Amino acid sequence: MIQARIRKTFPPHDDSAGFSLDVDFRAGAGVTVLFGPSGAGKSMVLDSIAGFVRPDEGRILLDDVILFDGAARLHLSPQARNCGYVFQNYALFPHMTLRENLAFAAERRPRLERHRRVNEMLERFRLTETAGRRPHEVSGGQRQRCSIARALIGGPKLLLLDEPAQGLDAPLRVELYETLRQVRADFQTPVLLVTHDLDECFELGDEMLVLCAGRVVQSGAPPEILDRPATLEVARLLGAFNLIPAEIRTLDPGRNASRLKIGEFEIDGPYFPGRLKGDRVTVCVRPEQLTALPRNGRPGPNQIPAALERAVEKPTHVHLQFAGGIAVDLPRAAFEPQREIREWVIQFPAALLRAL
Amino acid sequence: MAIDWFPLWLSLRVAVISTVIALAAGLWVAYILANREFRGKAVVDAAVTLPLVLPPTVLGYYLLVLLGRASPLGKIWEKFFGSPLVFTWKAAVVAALFHSVPLLVKSSRAALESIDRSCERAARTLGASEWKLFWRVTLPLAQRSILAAAALAFARSLGEFGATLMIAGNIPGSTQTMAVAIYDALESGHSMLALLLVLVISAIALAILSFTTRLESH
Repeated sequence: MIQARIRKTFPPHDDSAGFSLDVDFRAGAGVTVLFGPSGAGKSMVLDSIAGFVRPDEGRILLDDVILFDGAARLHLSPQARNCGYVFQNYALFPHMTLRENLAFAAERRPRLERHRRVNEMLERFRLTETAGRRPHEVSGGQRQRCSIARALIGGPKLLLLDEPAQGLDAPLRVELYETLRQVRADFQTPVLLVTHDLDECFELGDEMLVLCAGRVVQSGAPPEILDRPATLEVARLLGAFNLIPAEIRTLDPGRNASRLKIGEFEIDGPYFPGRLKGDRVTVCVRPEQLTALPRNGRPGPNQIPAALERAVEKPTHVHLQFAGGIAVDLPRAAFEPQREIREWVIQFPAALLRAL
Repeated sequence: MAIDWFPLWLSLRVAVISTVIALAAGLWVAYILANREFRGKAVVDAAVTLPLVLPPTVLGYYLLVLLGRASPLGKIWEKFFGSPLVFTWKAAVVAALFHSVPLLVKSSRAALESIDRSCERAARTLGASEWKLFWRVTLPLAQRSILAAAALAFARSLGEFGATLMIAGNIPGSTQTMAVAIYDALESGHSMLALLLVLVISAIALAILSFTTRLESH
């Protein structure tokens, strides 16, 4: 279990606007994903925990060991922290074979145990065949597995991964996810992973922390966050929503209902606690929660007419972009017979609408 | 004609010793400059470079003042070793050091700064002490450039003339190095001897050059 309260400020400089990091979180067993856009401070959180960066104030606790305490002026060296770190470029030692890379890391284990431990890890990460080769002589997947094995061999209390899938092609990415799932199953080591890829959060994350401009803006299980983004900012960061400006016309708590005015149309929504009649809100709904139908006469209840601007083919669905900035995801089979149609109506599911 | 090969052996001995000392001292200074932030870093950096820009005779003059028999440092040396430093072959080593150390510091620092920092960080997270990290990761990764720099420093030491002449002098069979012997031979009209010595030095220099280019091309 890692508990971190980290504060660090970089004052504005001639050529930079300055930045302040102020986060407070805890992460236990399983994989915790630090999600955020670049410049949100994700890597700095990782580097503070690993000991490469010294925070201004705060406290970092790993299990029952204090890694950093601003008030007590305690700042353990990276060597003393027992955190495995997988670097984006793997940072394998190029002058050593894969076996030597692992052996180097195993040296903090008791002497008698080292050899067995190295062999065990080589086997577990399917590196036995290539153990005698140098990093530049093996495949990308083998390098990747070796760097994870090397980080784990000393028995760290926490595994840190810095954007491990950045710049990988699809097969390698799948392989990485497979390896990490295996790590989660085989080792008890909690994992803290930095990414700006939402798919990766879902693929790997048990928990997710959304970071923006140096703050944790929401935390929870990935599906939970996708279903209920706490703020407009989070919804924007996740990038998976229609964000439609609307005005609340009526609110009826008794029937759990409301009327929303979007443009010149009115649709039904759920009751929005804490909102008042006349409030201007942003309706938040995912493209796959909406349905689109070819327009046929007057729009029905909860339908808004819209002209199709563009249809983007995706591997699993078709992404329809309508005038007015609304996007709808349709199954390929549903769209195929109607691909020539320009005028559509969009069907809003009243219960799934959220106001931010 | 019997040729006196003493200057060649002396030059080689001076160059080897000064290169070894320069490697130890230069690597240490380069490591500090590459890895630590401290007050006066710019001053240290400038002081290390200074001997490269000073004319050799000026350097020789300073060394003579600093290490001469009347100077405090000269007296301390004489007290410890029983004989003066100036006008011995050891003074030639000192003169050579002032050119080889700056060269090594400059090149080693560049080499240390250009290696992949994440490898060093990785070694730290794996629990490697700074000592183990330096010997097993940093140095092996930078060794080619450092070796090349040492070879260049060796070549430079081999040909040191101005400062050597001033503080070690030109005593045949005692402090007369190759470069000084060539000058001496030419001055006293032994042009064949001068040519021979010049060819020998040139051959050694070319060998070192091909060695360094091969090191760097890998």
